[in-house]
Amino acid sequence: MLRIASVVKRFGGVTAVDTLSLDIATGEFFALLGPSGCGKTTLLRMLAGFEAPDSGAITLDGADIAHVLPHERPVNMMFQNYALFPHLTVEGNIAFGLKRAGLPRDEIASRVAEMVALVRLDGLEKRRPDQLSGGQRQRVALARSLARRPRLLLLDEPLAALDKKLRESTQAELKEVQRRLGMTFIIVTHDQEEAMTVADRIGVMDNGRLVQVASPRELYEAPNSRWIAGFVGDINLIEGVVESREPGRIAIVTPDAGTIVAARAPETSAAVCVAIRPEKIRLLPVVQEAFAVKAMTGVIASAGFLGGVSVYTVQLDQGAVLRVTLANATRAAADGFSVGQRVSVSFSPDDVVVLDR
Amino acid sequence: MSGRRIFTRPARLAAIAPYLWMALFFLVPFGFVLKIALSQTAIAQPPYIPVVNLAAGWDAFKSALGALSFDNFKLLASDDLYIFSYVRSLIVAVTSTVILLLIGYPVAYGMSRLPQRWQPIAMMLVIVPFWTSFLIRIYAWINVLQHDGLLNKLLLALGIVDKPLVWLSTDAAMYLGIVYSYFPFMILPLYATLAKMDDALLEAAADLGASKLKAFWLVTFPLSLPGVGAGLLLCFIPIVGEFVIPDLLAGSDRMMIGQTLWLEFFTNKDWPVASAIAIVLLALLLLPLLIYEKLQRRHLEAQ
Repeated sequence: MLRIASVVKRFGGVTAVDTLSLDIATGEFFALLGPSGCGKTTLLRMLAGFEAPDSGAITLDGADIAHVLPHERPVNMMFQNYALFPHLTVEGNIAFGLKRAGLPRDEIASRVAEMVALVRLDGLEKRRPDQLSGGQRQRVALARSLARRPRLLLLDEPLAALDKKLRESTQAELKEVQRRLGMTFIIVTHDQEEAMTVADRIGVMDNGRLVQVASPRELYEAPNSRWIAGFVGDINLIEGVVESREPGRIAIVTPDAGTIVAARAPETSAAVCVAIRPEKIRLLPVVQEAFAVKAMTGVIASAGFLGGVSVYTVQLDQGAVLRVTLANATRAAADGFSVGQRVSVSFSPDDVVVLDR
Repeated sequence: MSGRRIFTRPARLAAIAPYLWMALFFLVPFGFVLKIALSQTAIAQPPYIPVVNLAAGWDAFKSALGALSFDNFKLLASDDLYIFSYVRSLIVAVTSTVILLLIGYPVAYGMSRLPQRWQPIAMMLVIVPFWTSFLIRIYAWINVLQHDGLLNKLLLALGIVDKPLVWLSTDAAMYLGIVYSYFPFMILPLYATLAKMDDALLEAAADLGASKLKAFWLVTFPLSLPGVGAGLLLCFIPIVGEFVIPDLLAGSDRMMIGQTLWLEFFTNKDWPVASAIAIVLLALLLLPLLIYEKLQRRHLEAQ
């Protein structure tokens, strides 16, 4: 198990990592997600040994590694832009760490062969990095960092240099390799889809602190702050005040969208923010105004067709503007609503998240 | 054949421009020197025969060609003076180039590791001496090294020696002068390759279990070899033909080939032998140049 306890790192006057604590289980695929400059790379570099924490402890399976030199820790890193040795072949790059470990020659050869097979680089062993494509280089970097069988593998934006299609297939491969080897992986990324796709748990960082640590699903469905709700995925935020609170029914009065009912809410102050994901909102055409009195009503302000889904913005009569995503489950669904059409808006109280303002 | 034409006319002109340049400023003068090398010395103006006079017509030209001989080259091969000069030049050039590399590499490496804002200043410090005339700097060394010069005064004052030592007119003085003069030629190419080294490669090496020293030998040094090659040649080639520094700082008992050439040309007025010396020197230097060319091409292909 990796334990990070109250780690602080400052650069000059800037606190890059601020009293951060985190436990990561052996065999876990953990993602550090955050905007650039949030301290996630600094944290990763402390785990690799390129930076030493100013205070706090980092222990791996009980042993303190905070001040162990990089070349002496059982941790390997896959670098952003890969940092492959340009003067060595694919084999040479993969064998580099094994040679430093002083393994016997035949052991090195068999491990290199094993790694080459794992990342499907067969036939390219004698190539140099400049004779490989971006995707192949990425796989050499992965093989090189896995070859020493580290107890902890760090991945610094490993897929950022690949194009979208390749990135998606590589994410699946990465997840598969991690599952097969049962190694602890920590990936740093600014791409939330990537984090959600590969990771068992995601730690979202901002200003050197962990804002929320949760599974991808929990992070998306139950963000613990307004900042997280806005950072992860798309969401509608409406400010309001708690009017009544009883088990299973919290009523919030909002100036822009009337009264909204939520099934549950954390103990918050009276001033709150209501958050609803765009895909959790249902739209119905208003046939007769008289039937719609109790519902939220509004006008379609814009409509966009994205293929699998259509996105709409709805201008509520009370003033709020909501983004709504509807799946185009049938061909006919794609031309469901048109701009200017009056609609009624509804969502389940279960899908309403109440956050501190 | 028109299908094979890949260059348009102006582009083709641009492509042959370097060859025209080479032909005009290298091959033509080389032809003159070669012709003189194959002539015989004479008390005349110019001081050799035959003189090719194109105005005298084809027959005169043919008889002039017929009078050419390899006697001067045979002389070079038979007289110890020339062989010793060549050998000494090569020994001096190899020795000083090795010293330059041994001193230059750590200095260039240190410069490349300085904080970014200090690097241009370090660079200036290497280049600034060049703002003073080369000859004046060598004369300054004579002042430092002579019998009652700065170095002996300092050693006496510090009580390290009790009578002045002989520095000037020794090989040590000459090596000092050469290393001092050619230092920037070694530093600049080395610094250029070391400064653009990606730090992430060293981190990767450390991450994969290489100590700082190992990372240097396995990553930094092999990647700096193009700079090492450039530095070695930029120093070696001109040092082989060096004339001024050995003439002013070394003893006069043994000569480098540049000095011998000077002697033949100006003192003995033997232009043909001097030309032959120059041609053999060029042939000697062509070998390292070709090796460098080959290495450089391989490096470019690897890029």
